[in-house]
Parts: sequence; structure tokens; C-alpha cells
Amino acid sequence: MSGFGGFLLRRAVGTAVTLLAISVLVYVVFYATPGNVAQITCGPRCSPEQVHQVAQQLKLGDPLYLRYWHFLEGIFVGQDYSTGTSVAHCPAPCLGLSYQSDQQVMDIILTKLPVSLSLVLGAMVLWLVIGVGTGVLSAWRRGRFSERVLTAVTLAGWATPVFVLGLVLMIVVCGELQLLPFPQYVNFADDPEQWAWNLLLPWLSLALIEAAAFARLTRAAMLETLAEDHIRTFRAYGVGERAIVGRHALRGALAPVIALNANNVGSAVGGAVLTETLFGLPGIGQELVHAVKVVDLPVVVGMVLVVGFFVVIANAVADVLYAVADRRVVLA
Amino acid sequence: MSEALVASQPPGTDTPVPGASGARQFWRRLRAQRAALVAAAVVALLVLVALAAPLLTALEGQDPTTYHPSLIDSARGGVPIGSFGGISADHWLGVEPQTGRDLFARLAYGARVSLAVALAATVLQVFLGIVIGVASALGNRWVDQLLSRVTDIIVALPLMIMSLALLAIVPSSFPRPVLVSLVIGLIAWGNIAKIVRAQTLTLKGLDYVLAARLSGWGAWRIARRELLPGLAAPVITYAALLVPTNISAEAALSFLGVGVKPPTPSWGQMLTAADVWYQAAPQYLLLPAGALFVTVLALTVLGDGVRTALDPRAASRLRVGTGRRNETGGAGTGKEETS
Amino acid sequence: MSLVEVTDLTVEFGSLRAVDGLSFRLAEGAALALVGESGSGKSTVAGALLGLHRGTGARVGGSVHVAGTDVQQASDGELRRLRGAKAAMVFQDPLSSLDPYYAIGDQIAEVYRVHTRASRRAARARAVEVLERVGIPDARRRSRSRPHEFSGGMRQRALIAMALACEPDLLIADEPTTALDVTVQAQILDLLHTLREETGMGLLLVTHDVGVAAESVDEVLVMRHGKAVEHGPVGTVLGAPAQAYTRELLGAVPRVDAPRAAVAEASDEVVLEATGLRREFGRGRTAFTAVDDISLTVRRGETLGIVGESGSGKTTLGRMLVGLLPPTAGGIRYDGRPHTGVNPAVQMVFQDPVSSLNPRRSVGESIADPLRARGEHDERIRGRVLELLERVGLEAAHYDRYPHEFSGGQRQRVGIARALAADPRVIVCDEPVSALDVTTQAQVVALLGELQRELGLALVFIAHDLAVVRQVSDRIAVMRRGQVVESGPVDEVYDTPREPYTKQLLAAVPALDPELAAQRRAARRELAVA
Repeated sequence: MSGFGGFLLRRAVGTAVTLLAISVLVYVVFYATPGNVAQITCGPRCSPEQVHQVAQQLKLGDPLYLRYWHFLEGIFVGQDYSTGTSVAHCPAPCLGLSYQSDQQVMDIILTKLPVSLSLVLGAMVLWLVIGVGTGVLSAWRRGRFSERVLTAVTLAGWATPVFVLGLVLMIVVCGELQLLPFPQYVNFADDPEQWAWNLLLPWLSLALIEAAAFARLTRAAMLETLAEDHIRTFRAYGVGERAIVGRHALRGALAPVIALNANNVGSAVGGAVLTETLFGLPGIGQELVHAVKVVDLPVVVGMVLVVGFFVVIANAVADVLYAVADRRVVLA
Repeated sequence: MSEALVASQPPGTDTPVPGASGARQFWRRLRAQRAALVAAAVVALLVLVALAAPLLTALEGQDPTTYHPSLIDSARGGVPIGSFGGISADHWLGVEPQTGRDLFARLAYGARVSLAVALAATVLQVFLGIVIGVASALGNRWVDQLLSRVTDIIVALPLMIMSLALLAIVPSSFPRPVLVSLVIGLIAWGNIAKIVRAQTLTLKGLDYVLAARLSGWGAWRIARRELLPGLAAPVITYAALLVPTNISAEAALSFLGVGVKPPTPSWGQMLTAADVWYQAAPQYLLLPAGALFVTVLALTVLGDGVRTALDPRAASRLRVGTGRRNETGGAGTGKEETS
Repeated sequence: MSLVEVTDLTVEFGSLRAVDGLSFRLAEGAALALVGESGSGKSTVAGALLGLHRGTGARVGGSVHVAGTDVQQASDGELRRLRGAKAAMVFQDPLSSLDPYYAIGDQIAEVYRVHTRASRRAARARAVEVLERVGIPDARRRSRSRPHEFSGGMRQRALIAMALACEPDLLIADEPTTALDVTVQAQILDLLHTLREETGMGLLLVTHDVGVAAESVDEVLVMRHGKAVEHGPVGTVLGAPAQAYTRELLGAVPRVDAPRAAVAEASDEVVLEATGLRREFGRGRTAFTAVDDISLTVRRGETLGIVGESGSGKTTLGRMLVGLLPPTAGGIRYDGRPHTGVNPAVQMVFQDPVSSLNPRRSVGESIADPLRARGEHDERIRGRVLELLERVGLEAAHYDRYPHEFSGGQRQRVGIARALAADPRVIVCDEPVSALDVTTQAQVVALLGELQRELGLALVFIAHDLAVVRQVSDRIAVMRRGQVVESGPVDEVYDTPREPYTKQLLAAVPALDPELAAQRRAARRELAVA
């Protein structure tokens, strides 16, 4: 297990380096672009004085690396913001101040985060269950008619953009059939039942699309495993088809499914932006789209960093799970 | 299973393997798949419509940007006048609510935008992926470390979020379709670089590449003659699946109102307001949604077909041992970074 | 009643008739070897005994009875009860034949439970018992390991343990030792022998190696193109073969005990000299030394044989000799001058006839490479390539063909022609015949010998097969763990080995004569005890 401990340590260091590199990249892309950074940061309606103040806050007179250091310091230590008359303190994970709404970016994110987490985590459960289930089923029924139906449905799901499915679901279920009211976010703490009912459609539209990718992968990985030599061994020893598919082939598909789930966190976040916008859920995605439209740079940068943070962490966790699922990775 | 048993004999069968080589074999295998052929026909039709959009709209006598206030009922909030959303001999598919712009023209020109943006982004992704992947595989340990790390970071960045953010800070004077393809191309090349790196590493160790080194050729010539042709199959396979992914990405960005902006038409953008009008003008929702669905589906099926034709080993592996004939649905590594 | 009774068996895959009217019987407790080259259909027969072709689309005709089960007529359930319980199979590649994700003990227990309905605990205990039986030390602990944590020989033992779990009447072994080193092969064959003595089970051995058959069975059936060529007691078939093909096959098998046929005239001209070669891979804790301080010389017109088991560093050494791999320490001199990197005067023939030719280029173009790199004119190149093709026994018409249109032996000839195109003084052959059938092997070896005499080439012949190396070499070096443990003139080393490792290697080589094989087995037991 000392090999595994070393692996964990290497992964942790690698994750930290990646996070730092992302912060550099994001800072350079957004704060070292040509053009008046202070003006963009402050927003189009700022007066010259306000712009000047922002320029000072961002230490625009300093060389780039000092400015980045200042920015990093804000994240780890926090910093003070002077808004002309008063001075506000922005505590430790400080991602800056939105000059357009006069709110701290971290506060905005924290109020929106539960919505997005509810959406993505709930959908993840659904897409794993539906996707892997469909994949196993179509590997098990391979060559039969039912497999071809499953394959066709999966392909259709794969090819449908999230927002198209969401639109159609919303119009059919809420508009035409009136089975559900148009979704409105309810806090889990306030009413768990209403929370779930209102999130059902967003969950489905996000999950069904992702599930298609998992169904394809699971099926392909299982079929690949079924073609391997060790399957032949168990057939030659009289082990039944059910045990071969359910025990040996499925185990072979586990590692790729974990890897895909990590890979898909990024894409699911993208899907969440669309779903939130479509269903009017007050999550990070909707806020980001709004911030992009009104060019509220501090909010945009903060959101990119937070989402990047989650995606990198998810990838690291998946890497560790992958190594547990396939211990040979550690030895390599 | 029979193949598996035969294959377990000692290597070096002393019987020549029959079969044609290269491109001819590829076409033969592609033609053998009915679904891929149908998909190819659909894609060809789409490309034709996109290319001939000016011609077709001229035939209709319309263009995608002219407002027709006379064709909408402003008293009822801008609903098109006439049945089925204002379908007439002049407006084959009706007109847009609120503006009265011709739907057919917008759809046809939208195809142009969709395909052009997706193709340009794919070309950029493939170019970056090859350059960085090959450099990483052939460079020394430090170059490889650096480039692999950069690739990891690029893969970790969510395409949707990054493009949204990037689109926010670029001045609006920059031509939007070009910008969207640049953004998608510059962000989503990570996976293809990983594939190219892995394949180059495999090829580099193959005996025939070593033999080429022994014959006295320089590194450049070996890369060009022995390595690049070996990269073609995986790169084409992956690129074929990138095109539909990029189409979805463009549509999603435009749907959110930060991609291609009016007056330039785009399918995703047309859907932005469609839910409000679905009862009065259902085709305003159904046409762009259907166009997107069909395009992405056809390109995906075609991409799967290309994969099967290029990598029959994987395809036949899927058949061996199952005992039953079945076409491969493709060993997807996952839809990349978009939905 | 016989344990196995096969009557008029045919197996067809599409238009290919893999087995064509084969009949044989195997008495209770007897041992039969199916011997043949690749494509002879021998493995297909083994699969047919367990009904493994069912549902694959293969057409099977004739009748197969195994341990009282009519394999052709049996229901799926009956077939499953036969498989593993009454007749068990051991496969060639023990790594890929076990599930990489489960502990070895669990896999054996799973098979045991399928047939006995034993409890989980009892099945696990049975797994440990059979693992002990096949000589896995500390079986209880090792049964929790997964296949990749075992060595090749241990894995094959584990697979045999799985076969033993249900005490079958028949063991079918399909090339059970082909993927193993020669010393490990001897251990596995000895294990099979002992188990058969103890349990009295029948053995059907499928092998391409006549020596392996001679070691293990009472009866031999020689197969070719799906048909039986010759069938009889092992001593008769191998000692006094009645059929021309059997004689040809036996004639092509290299003998480890026959002295080198044609010895090249000694030359003093040293063309290649390596001093203190050393090569390390990896860094830190994962670092290991593949080649450790090796010095050698190769003279004009002679063959230096290098033998070693897998992991001995012989391929790394070969790559350094041709300049494809820079040594960590030490140097190489060609014709007395120090040199680094590749050198047209030193060429290589590779092991794998599939990967050594670019599948996208015609073989003529591949052969022309060294000429083009040298800047020759096009018309001269074509003429020279045609000459070379003919010289290695191919035809001018082959110039524009692609590698996949050639057989393994032909591709190896192309590889030789490509090496010759550079007008080399030394050719390093890295396992040049180990992927070939024995008759093809003999032809390629003969070609290399002819070329050497004609062109005065120096050859470095790297191989794991001791018999082949003896056949071609003037001097040999025996490698183990990156070092040369013994070297000298070939007959001296083979006939009077000094080092224990060399003795062990030579004792492990299967003998063609069954009686000699029995003596060797006894000798190995003594060596193991000593």
C-alpha cells in the first residue's frame, strides 16, 4: 500500500499544480488583455473616478506578476475594498467585487451554488443509473432486436442538444400535458418534496443526454471485455452467461465508466448552464450568462475559477477511484 | 470464439493475408454500412443546402435579414399572420414571429453558419492537437511533461464556461462566427492532443520506424513518412466525431445569446425565443430543433461509420466471442466537453 | 469406453475448412499430443472437444464424445456440466486467460462453485488446496493476489490449479508453455507429468513444438491442413516417421545436441567491438539496469549467438549494438573507430514480421529506404532492389506489393533484403525466427547462413531458443539479468557448460527422444534438489 500512498500524494500535488496553473491562465487571459481592464472590470456605466479607483484596486500600475500575486493574495488572505466613502473587507476566499451590483463575488456564488449542485448531483445519479443500466442491458441482449432499439434510442439521445430536449420536455410536459408546473426552484431545506418535483424536468433533460454517452461507453467496454481471452476461459469452465456478463464483463467496464464520469463533469456543467437558463433556475450558470451579457468581469472570472476548481477536484477524485478500480494503474 | 481459438496459435501464420490496402479498403468497409451511407447522404444534402443558400433563397425570392412587418400581427404580440405561421408561396416555411423575417432563408443561412463554424473549429482543434501531441511524444522529458500538463489543464477546463467567459471580453466589433470558431477551437483540443500523443508514442517504438532510423533517414523525414500516415486513422476518426460536437457547442452558445448574434442567423439563436411561440408558430421551434437534431445525428452516425471502417480490428473484436453478428455502435470515449 | 472419441470431425469457418475429417480416440488416463504448424487446425480440435464452437457461426460436422457426453447433441446445460468438471482446458497465455480484476483464489472458487454448489468458504478452501497442489508457495496468502502480481510460470500454475479444481477426467492443454521461458516450460511440463501420475487423468496436448510433445505424451497425432498426417506411439512417430511431412517437420527442428554443421573460417578482423556497455532505464526507485557492463567483439564472417530468457537484457543489448539506443556507459567501435548513433554498416533484422514493415508502403519502397537515404539515382535503386529481392528468394513482381500480402516467412525475407540494401558489415538479428513455424524457420536460418558466407557478413544472432542458436553460431554468450554469465566457442559451451545457470538452461530444453526426455526429467529433479 506504500505504492498507493505515494500515488495519492503525487495526485494531490498534481491537482494543486493544476489549480494554480488554471488561476494563472485565467488571470492572464482576463486581466492582461489589451484594452482598458479597469473600464471593463468596472462596467460601462462607471465614471472616470470610479475607473481610476478600480485601476488602483487592481494595482494596474504594477508589473503583471505582482498584480497576479495580489490577486492570489486576495483568494488566500482576503483583501479590503474601498468604495469611495467606506472600506469593505472581503474575507479569505475573496474573488473580488462586482462593481455593477456592489456585491462580493463569493457571496453571489455562494447563494447560487446550492441550486447548481442540486441540479448536477441529482442529474449525475440519474445518468449513471440510466446510462450504465442501458449499456448493460444492450450488452446482455446483444444481437437481439431489443438491443437494436436500445442502440437507436441511445444514439438519438446522444445527438440531441440539451436545450432542445429541455425545450421539448418543458413544452410537452408543462405546456401541453400540464403534468407538472413550470419549474421554479424551491430550497431543499424548505420543502424537499417540492424541491425534487421542481427539479425533475431539469434533471431529466440534463441526465438523459449524458446517459446516452454512458450507455454507449458501457456497452462498448463490456463487449470489448467479452471478446477478451479470460472470458473464453470462464466459458470453457462452464460458467453461465449471466455470471460472465454480470460479473466479469461489467467489472471490465467499471474503470472506463469512472474515467468518463470525470471527463463529463465539465460537459455536465456546460449542460447545467443551458438547463438553468432554459428553466429559469437561479444557479451559477444563469448568473454566469447574465454576467457575460452585461460584461461583469469580476463575476465571470470568479465563476470560471470556482467551476474550474470543482472540475479539477472531480477529476482528481475520479483518478483515485480509477486507480482503486484498476490497481495496475498505480504500478505503471 | 472460433476466431479467438484460432488466434491463440503461435504467431507468424505462414499464409498470406488477403485483402486490399488503404483507401480502397476504407471505402469498401464504409459502403458496407447502410446507416453510415444514409447519414452520408443526409450530410451531403445539408452541405449542398448550405452552399446553395443564396441560390435557394433567390429562387424563393427572399433573404434572411429583411423584416416583413406586414406579415405579423402586432396587436397579438407579433404572431405571424395566416395559418401555419404564415406559410405561403412567397414564404415556404413561414415567417419569424415579431420580425417577419423569412424562416426558410434563415434556416438555410443558419446551416451555413453552423457547418462553417463547426468545420473551422474542428480544423483548428485538429491542427493544435497534432502539433502539440506530436511535439509532446517526440520531445524530451521536459517538453513532454510541460505539454502534457498543459493538455491536462485544457481538458479540465469546461468548454461551455470558458467560451462564455471569453466571449464576454472580446469587443463586439470582432466578427462573431469567426470568434465562436476560434474560441471552440482554442479550448477543446485537449483530447485530440492526448490521442495523438499516445498514438505517436506507440508508432515511435514500432520496428518499422526503428528500421527507417537505421536506414539513415533524419527525424523530419521519418516523422513525415512513417509517423504522420499512422496518425491519420485515429485523427480522422476523432475529428469526424468532433464536428457534431462543435455544432452542438455553437448552437448552445448562440442559444444563450453570446454566440452568433443577429442579424446573422443561427439555429441555436432561433431557438432562444421559440418556447414563447410554440403554440402560434410551432415550426419556429420545430424547424431549427429538427435541423440541429438531424445534423448532429447524421454526423455522429457517419463518424461511427468512419471509425468502424478505419479500425475494423476494434469492430471485429466486438463481434468475436459474442457469437452473434452485430454492428459496432462505437467504443465512444465520451462526448467531449459540450452538450 | 474411451475418454475421447472423435469421429470424422470437420469444422468450417465460412469458406475455410479448419478441420477436415479427423478421427481419433483417447483411452482413459492416456496422453495424446496434437502436433502441427500454425493453420493446421489443432487448436480448433481442442475447442471442439468442449463444444466451444457452438454459437460462433462455425459449422461443426462429425461426432465428438468426451467423458460420456455427446458434445454435438448435448444441451447447453449438459455442455456446461462437461466444461471444467469432466474436461478442463489450460490456455496458452496465462496472463490474458485470467480475469485481471479478481483474486486468483476467487476465480478458482467461482469455477468450483459452478460445478459443486459448495459454500463460498469451502470453495475458497478448495482453491487454496489446488494452488498448493500445483506448487504455489504460501498458497493461502497468494490466492488473494491478482494475476498481474504473479510471474508467468506462476500464472500458468494457477490456471492448471483451476483445471484441477473439479478433478476432471481429461485435461486439454492448448500450447500451455509457448509463452514461457524454457526453464519455466520444463517446470510446467514436469508438473503436468506429476499430476497425471497422481490423478490418472487423460491429457490432450496441443503444441507446435515436437520437443514438448516428446516430453509429455504416449501418442502423437501430426496434423496438417486440418487432416491427420500420422498417428501412433510417440517413439514410433518421432523415431521412425512413416510420412514425408513428418520427416520434413522433424528434419526442420533444430537440435540442441547436434554440433554446429558448417564452421566459418576464423578471421581476425574485428568489425564490431563493445566495451563496458551499460544501460539503465527509469529513475529513482523505479530505476533498473537492463544491461550491466557487457563487453564483446564480433569478427568478420562469424556469428556471435546471444541466448537468454525474457528479461535478460538481450534486446536492449541488440538495440545498443546498432546504435538505436544510446548506452548509459561504455562505447562501441566499428572497424576500430568509436561511433555513436546509427550507422549504415550495422543493420538489424527484427523479430516481428508484422510490425517491422510499414503497412502503408510497398515492400520495394521499404527495401529502397537505405539506398534513397544515401542519395542513389532512381533507376539504380530499382535495379538494386530487384536484385536483393531475388537474392533473398522473392520475386521481382513483389516490388509493388504491400506487407499484408506476404506470409511471415516472406516478410522476414523482405526484412533481410532491407538490411542488405545498406551494404552492411554487421547484421544484428533480434529473434529473427522466433515468430515463424519450424519449417519456415529452417529456411530463413539457411538463407542467413548463405548470405553470411557469400558476403563475409558478421552476424549477431539474438534468440531465446538454445537449439537455433547452436545451429547458427560460432561463438555464444549466455545472458542473465543484464550480464554475460558464460561465453565461448559454441560447441564448448553447449557440450561442457561451466556455469550452473547454463547447465540449468540446457537441461530444460525438451528432447525429441522420449526416453532421453525421461532421463532429462530425472536429471532436472536432481538439479532442483541440489
